[in-house]
Amino acid sequence: MKAWRDPVALLAVPASLYLLLLYALPLLWLLAKSFTGAEGLTLKPYIEFFSDPFNWRVVWNTLSVALWVTLVCLVVGYPAAFALARAGAALQIAMLVAIILPLSVGVVVKAFAWQIVLQRNGMVSQLLVATGVWDEPQRLLFTPPGLVLGAANIFLPFMILPIYSVVKLIDPRLLEAGATLGAAPVYRFVKIMLPLTLPGVVSGLAFVFSMAVSMYVIPSLLIGDRFQTLSTLTGRSFLFMRNEQLGSTTAVILLALAVSVVVSSSWLARRLGSRA
Amino acid sequence: MTPVERLGRGIMWSAAIVTVVFLMTPLVVTVAASFGSSSVFSLPPPAWSMRWYERLANTRGLWPALLVSVEVAAFATIVALGLGTLCAIALVRGRFPGREGVATFLVSPLMLPGLVVGIAMLQGFKAAGLREAYTSLLVAHVIITLPYVVRTVLGALSLFDFSLIDAARTLGCSYPTAILRVLVPALGPAFLTSGMFAFLASMDNYPISIFFTDGWTKTLPIQMLQYVEENPDPTIAAISTGLVLLAVLVLVVGDRLVGLRKLADF
Repeated sequence: MKAWRDPVALLAVPASLYLLLLYALPLLWLLAKSFTGAEGLTLKPYIEFFSDPFNWRVVWNTLSVALWVTLVCLVVGYPAAFALARAGAALQIAMLVAIILPLSVGVVVKAFAWQIVLQRNGMVSQLLVATGVWDEPQRLLFTPPGLVLGAANIFLPFMILPIYSVVKLIDPRLLEAGATLGAAPVYRFVKIMLPLTLPGVVSGLAFVFSMAVSMYVIPSLLIGDRFQTLSTLTGRSFLFMRNEQLGSTTAVILLALAVSVVVSSSWLARRLGSRA
Repeated sequence: MTPVERLGRGIMWSAAIVTVVFLMTPLVVTVAASFGSSSVFSLPPPAWSMRWYERLANTRGLWPALLVSVEVAAFATIVALGLGTLCAIALVRGRFPGREGVATFLVSPLMLPGLVVGIAMLQGFKAAGLREAYTSLLVAHVIITLPYVVRTVLGALSLFDFSLIDAARTLGCSYPTAILRVLVPALGPAFLTSGMFAFLASMDNYPISIFFTDGWTKTLPIQMLQYVEENPDPTIAAISTGLVLLAVLVLVVGDRLVGLRKLADF
């Protein structure tokens, strides 16, 4: 049946048209403009961008911070998602509140709170001195580890929730069956649990990594101008440096990164899903 | 239990405790700092005080920014609820090719870097002759709120039994009455929860709003970030505590409507 013959399909038109005109078209235009110079198609802005070692530094900063943030979220979030699925009523409610409540609080509020937590006499510093890791209080604010900690805190729910959504569907009898058949605990985990939770892990990784690559407010507050990422550089070139050329180039690189993460993760999740 | 199993359990429960403490830290710190007397955020504070709340009344630019944010968020949420619900109905009931593509497209603003979307819209709006900050904010925030509505209402609609509408009509309701008395109440919780989260997302947005502000029109997060950078004192913590309170309210209402577990659905 053709689309126009189904009158219900027309209900999708207003929203689709709105997004097409005010969101998709501007994005395509930004993309097209970044590849057009005075004499037609060109890659010049990109060649210029990548021939400056400072910009390589920026790309490296962006990717390394995003990878660290994703790693911290995975290490804490994977077991936490299992705990959330298995916990008794009281702990489960505490965990759900701790996960959902911060999601409803603005990122400016949370990043500001981390400015307090990461001070020289802040909580993290006091904790590390008390446990003997550090000999004397140090400032974590405006350092890369401080940025990673703050960002991991803000993105952690986006790792836990997708993993939790697959863990809670796993039939516990599968593990019992594995045990009855004589599989050792480690073997059971690697052969049964890990493959079943992989789709959730993939989407958690994709959420956290793509958000960490494009975060703007968090690095502005937790590390400052000396440590530039693609996102802060894009913002600065439009808002302060009035260098639209540079800003458009970095914006398109960011966009390409985000789109490739989304596309490859959904492809991977589908493949894993069909196999499981 | 073998030692390996015990180790696994130990890791799991410690991760649970770490998660709760870690995630609640920024909220607790904010609230504690706002009631402290010290202006340098020493925690625990030397004495408790309400002075930062007393300052709120005459903090320059705060109330206009709050008003702009609430107006923009309310407008965007209402428009998104209308557009998003219509579209969700088309996606669930319609028989046309590419429905999955349309759904992905409508949710995609959530997945792309806000800053890039903001820049693209800034240039697009400029080219179309729209230069006024307030109107641009209204137009742009519909795109921020729409994905939340589409995602949640789509989920609720796919569980709705449309033959109930036919049943109501057989029982003598006109088509509009049947929609109003059967479909709307069934979607009520989805409207409210998606509306709340869409509203909060708009209130919180920084990377898109930053391109549509001028000397007079600023949203709350932009005004707040400016305070933090210019003169960070616990007045910000007092404002933030208000926002934490709003989030608690949303959580309580959401729990009553659909339950905490349902809110965690991803």
